[in-house]
Amino acid sequence: MSDLDNISAAKTVDSGSSSSVKKARQGRSLFDRQILGQAFAEAFKKFDPRVQIKNPVMFVVLIGTVVTFFESIAHPSIFTWSVTIWLALTVLFANFAEAVAEGRGKAQADTLRRMRTETEARRLREDGTEEHVPAASLAKGDLVVCETGDIIPSDGDIIEGIASVDESAITGESAPVIRESGGDRSAVTGGTKVLSDRIVVKITAERGQTFLDRMISLVEGAQRQKTPNEIALTILLAALTIIFLPVVVALKPFAHFSGADVSVVVLIALLVCLIPTTIGALLSAIGIAGMDRLVQRNVLAMSGRAVEAAGDVQTLLLDKTGTITLGNRMASRFIPIDGHSEEELAGVAQLASLADETPEGRSIVVLAKERFGIRERALGSEHVFVPFSAQTRMSGIDLDGREIRKGATEAIKRWVVAQGGSPSSDLDHVADQVATAGATPLAVADGSTLLGIIELKDVVKKGIRERFAQMRSLGIRTVMITGDNPLTAAAIAQEAGVDDYLAEATPETKMALIKAEQEGGKLVAMTGDGTNDAPALAQADVGVAMNTGTTAAKEAGNMVDLDSNPTKLIEVVEIGKQLLITRGALTTFSIANDVAKYFAIIPALFVTTYPQLKALNIMSLHSPQSAILSAVIFNALVIVALIPLALRGVRFKPSSAAAILRRNLMIYGVGGIVAPFIFIKIIDLILTALHAY
Amino acid sequence: MGFLWTLVALVVVLAIAWRFLGQYMAAVYEGRVKWAAFVERPFYRLMGVDPEAEQSWQRYAASLIVFSGIAILATYLILRTQAYLPFNPQHLPNVTPALAWNTAVSFVTNTNWQNYSGETTMSYLSQMGALAVQNFVSASVGIAVAVALIRGFSRKGSKTIGNFWTDLTRGILYILLPISFIGAIIFMAQGALQTLGGPVHIHDVLNGFNQTIPRGPVASQEAIKQLGTNGGGFFNANGADPFENPTGLTNFLSISLILCIPVGLTYTFGKMVGSVRQGVAILAAMAIIFGAWLAIGTFAEHQANPAVTAAGLTHQTTGNMEGKEVRFGDTSSALYNVVSTQTSTGSVNSANDSYNPMGGFTTMTGMMLGEVTPGGVGSGIYTILIYAIIAVFIGGLMVGRTPEYLGKKIQAAEVKLAALGTLVMPITVLILTAIAVSVHAGQVAPLNKGPHGFSEILYSFTSVTNNNGSAFAGLSSNTAFYNIIQTFGFLLGRFAIIVPALALAGTLAAKNVVPASLGTFRTDKPIFVGLLIGVILIVGALTFFPAVSLGPIVEQLSHGKFF
Repeated sequence: MSDLDNISAAKTVDSGSSSSVKKARQGRSLFDRQILGQAFAEAFKKFDPRVQIKNPVMFVVLIGTVVTFFESIAHPSIFTWSVTIWLALTVLFANFAEAVAEGRGKAQADTLRRMRTETEARRLREDGTEEHVPAASLAKGDLVVCETGDIIPSDGDIIEGIASVDESAITGESAPVIRESGGDRSAVTGGTKVLSDRIVVKITAERGQTFLDRMISLVEGAQRQKTPNEIALTILLAALTIIFLPVVVALKPFAHFSGADVSVVVLIALLVCLIPTTIGALLSAIGIAGMDRLVQRNVLAMSGRAVEAAGDVQTLLLDKTGTITLGNRMASRFIPIDGHSEEELAGVAQLASLADETPEGRSIVVLAKERFGIRERALGSEHVFVPFSAQTRMSGIDLDGREIRKGATEAIKRWVVAQGGSPSSDLDHVADQVATAGATPLAVADGSTLLGIIELKDVVKKGIRERFAQMRSLGIRTVMITGDNPLTAAAIAQEAGVDDYLAEATPETKMALIKAEQEGGKLVAMTGDGTNDAPALAQADVGVAMNTGTTAAKEAGNMVDLDSNPTKLIEVVEIGKQLLITRGALTTFSIANDVAKYFAIIPALFVTTYPQLKALNIMSLHSPQSAILSAVIFNALVIVALIPLALRGVRFKPSSAAAILRRNLMIYGVGGIVAPFIFIKIIDLILTALHAY
Repeated sequence: MGFLWTLVALVVVLAIAWRFLGQYMAAVYEGRVKWAAFVERPFYRLMGVDPEAEQSWQRYAASLIVFSGIAILATYLILRTQAYLPFNPQHLPNVTPALAWNTAVSFVTNTNWQNYSGETTMSYLSQMGALAVQNFVSASVGIAVAVALIRGFSRKGSKTIGNFWTDLTRGILYILLPISFIGAIIFMAQGALQTLGGPVHIHDVLNGFNQTIPRGPVASQEAIKQLGTNGGGFFNANGADPFENPTGLTNFLSISLILCIPVGLTYTFGKMVGSVRQGVAILAAMAIIFGAWLAIGTFAEHQANPAVTAAGLTHQTTGNMEGKEVRFGDTSSALYNVVSTQTSTGSVNSANDSYNPMGGFTTMTGMMLGEVTPGGVGSGIYTILIYAIIAVFIGGLMVGRTPEYLGKKIQAAEVKLAALGTLVMPITVLILTAIAVSVHAGQVAPLNKGPHGFSEILYSFTSVTNNNGSAFAGLSSNTAFYNIIQTFGFLLGRFAIIVPALALAGTLAAKNVVPASLGTFRTDKPIFVGLLIGVILIVGALTFFPAVSLGPIVEQLSHGKFF
């Protein structure tokens, strides 16, 4: 795709104000009071064993609670009832964590759902007349008419007309975008609003399958399925639960053989303390929160699998335009030829660009003002703007009998010849020089007179070089994809600091590159928006489609970026990594906690039989019962304490795997061993002070 | 030779074994060693095996299990009929069914737990034709599984993991036989017995009674007993018997033979997966745990016996010498027993039952860590690789990638198999011990009461399930109950880990390799070694802490008090 074709592409990035929907999505704090209230109610509903069975760790806790409940009825004491209550609270806290994570999505879904309701559609009959039908009754293939002020009733492609559309309902961006029939900007989304003009839309979504519907179910987590890594971790946690069953069950005969008696309540307390309840309770909240973090950045992942894959990505394919460079090239230099002065060239170039609203045109006006103080002039009524077209490959203005043109060197040369002039060899020489340096030459002519060249340069985004360096430290290779020739591509690649580039890219070469990387065992992420990107988006392990893109592209990718900002691919990768790190860190923490719990409970179990074991009571807990209860209470409270961490994710700073691991092992491994010693002791002191066992 | 020099010599010998035996073993299993092909080929023809035909993991596992099943049956039949067979100069009767079953399974699973005294139970034919044969083949089976798992890591997109029959044959022919042959000659030269001449009857004129001194083909059995980490002694006293382990040199040789293959296999592993550093990391984890346990064990045995101290003898000039041979001393005895329990050998040159509490703790917990430091021949490395998969999974998550080990992604299937491989041993030990302490037949076996009695039972099930065969002693276990229940430990501890290991080999071999990058969790760095040690210790501690606290820990804290 040549960049000149791209000039008219509507971009909505970085518009200032945000709508109420966006506020709903981004502004909600981690612990909104309303969400917390609902989550609390949800937490009780989740006691349903059919819900619990999906989480083997918490299911064991639930069963244990039921058993201690009956034991407490049979042998009532403050101790047994305290244990029972705290075990029940453990389950409740786990439910609560999940409910809070889900609550944020639910709140968003409610906002979206409100927009979906009761839209009327103007369906076109075969004879061309209109009928009013509810949007919900529209079927795939129906044609509907939308005019100024109408809500587009369902997803579809424009087959007739052009309109500006307010997509803030979906993207949160209030700046309107242009949608027109044909090409890559023909897709419209149900729930968005036509601001001007009239379009005819062919519905492409089945009932209940619209983008809005999918978005609602995604943010709500209604169809949330466990991701591959989540499944693997669940298996490990199940194994860590299963192993402790014989440990605890065998303790009863061991104790009996040793002349000690251990009550069922104490054994269950021990079991619950040992199985990895912390990570078991927070695992699904971590997953939901990971998806939610994407949604907050306006990225919709079609599956959790894609988010996880993002963490594994080793190769990023990044489109040059919009990702690595600012969307458009900017005028950077005026190079006069044939003895013309620079100021003369600047003046003419400015005139040629005054009516040119493309970013390149604007940048020429700005440069002329910066360099020579040439002010914007009000054009008289006697001017005709000649817009750019793919055939002429130039644009310009007819003004007071002058015909000023700027455009591709070859095109301007032809124009000059046609006007009776003769272009000098200077032009080719300068144009070649500019091209070699990775910029684009734009020739300027006033009638038959050639004045010189405007150098249009790709401006590499600020800070992008540092981002790529971070990616490199994470072991991710960045590849720039561009339609430019290899020379230009190499110059920009060098400036931006990407590891590699694919010049003169076509959908085929892009596809070949992805396949080659995947053959080498690497996971590939890319962004795309055009229909011709669709196969590559589908082939890539993480394909982020721009919301401004075609329906085909959006369906092929496994994520949609509502902001249509390709740079976000980098953030997506970071979120994927953060998700896995959070799981790993809390698993480590959970297992490391067991050491202290053993030192609390084992001496308590046997100290009456073997007083020597008092030596193991290194926390010098007050009594066997206070020791066991303290461990159980710690075990329950630590879940609540870690909910914010689970929802926010552990701190992630891009650096090498070794550095990340060392840091997390210190915090969650060593910290996981030390922390419970301190807190169990504190809880024991409080219990003792309160005589509460 | 001072204890320190013993250690230095051991390190030198093992370093040589690691480098050269390790490389040689890689060559053997990659089919590059052919000097005995003239024996190999007719053997394959006889067995009807195509040595070039590769097997899927299922076929590999099926071959292994069928082979082991036949081996159990053959061993059982020989023991049951030894009275009718030749080479029985003592006219020993047929072995009873329960004991024969126990012994057959014990030797085929490389456990070599012995509920009998060899000299009064087994004919020479049973010793040589049944038990020694299993010493060779069970060891070779163990190495074969290890090599198959290593192939799982080194291969890419492969449906097969090697051929069990060629791996089995090559292990015996190129590795076990030559080394044992040399080892046996040294044992003989040092005074170990090697005869088919039957026992010697003498009349002790001085004391006026008749004595029968058993003899037999001991040296040949001794070498493979150690080399194959089998541990089953010819005599009841095992490595403490001067006919089996006559001198300090044979004691040192025994220790070296036990360790050389398990240690060497870490080099083989590194070589076969294309990075010796990976093998060094595994070896480092093994060595650090081994070193720590050895330090605790030798230190504990170098202390006075607390029971003697409690009895009022506060000044003791040596460490705990009860149940030890004077020619080995306290520390070298502890070294031998620590080596034998940290591998899956189980031979002893001193009585574990008489060790100080912390000494007994080291030999018992050495096994509880899963026999991976360095573990039995083959079984050590395949078990530690299973632990490594768990370590990589947890560590890999913490760097934000789907965890991978040696380029192989560790996903649900691998975690499931690794978890299975890790869980079988502790679950089996705990359940069998719980049964034994709950039923009368189990309760009456230990000779001691209280925590020491509990240790005697716990130790035996830890030993049998880890296929170690080391006995704490003090347990009268030649009963129908123990003979039968122990076989569950033998079988589960062996095959319920081998099958997941081979399944892992299969799934790993089929996978593509993810190229390493800066984002990869490096498994050849100290941090991985630390994590692996952490996983081994934590899994072991979490599963056995309650049980151990009722045994050796209480005893240690009781300062010599009897129960």
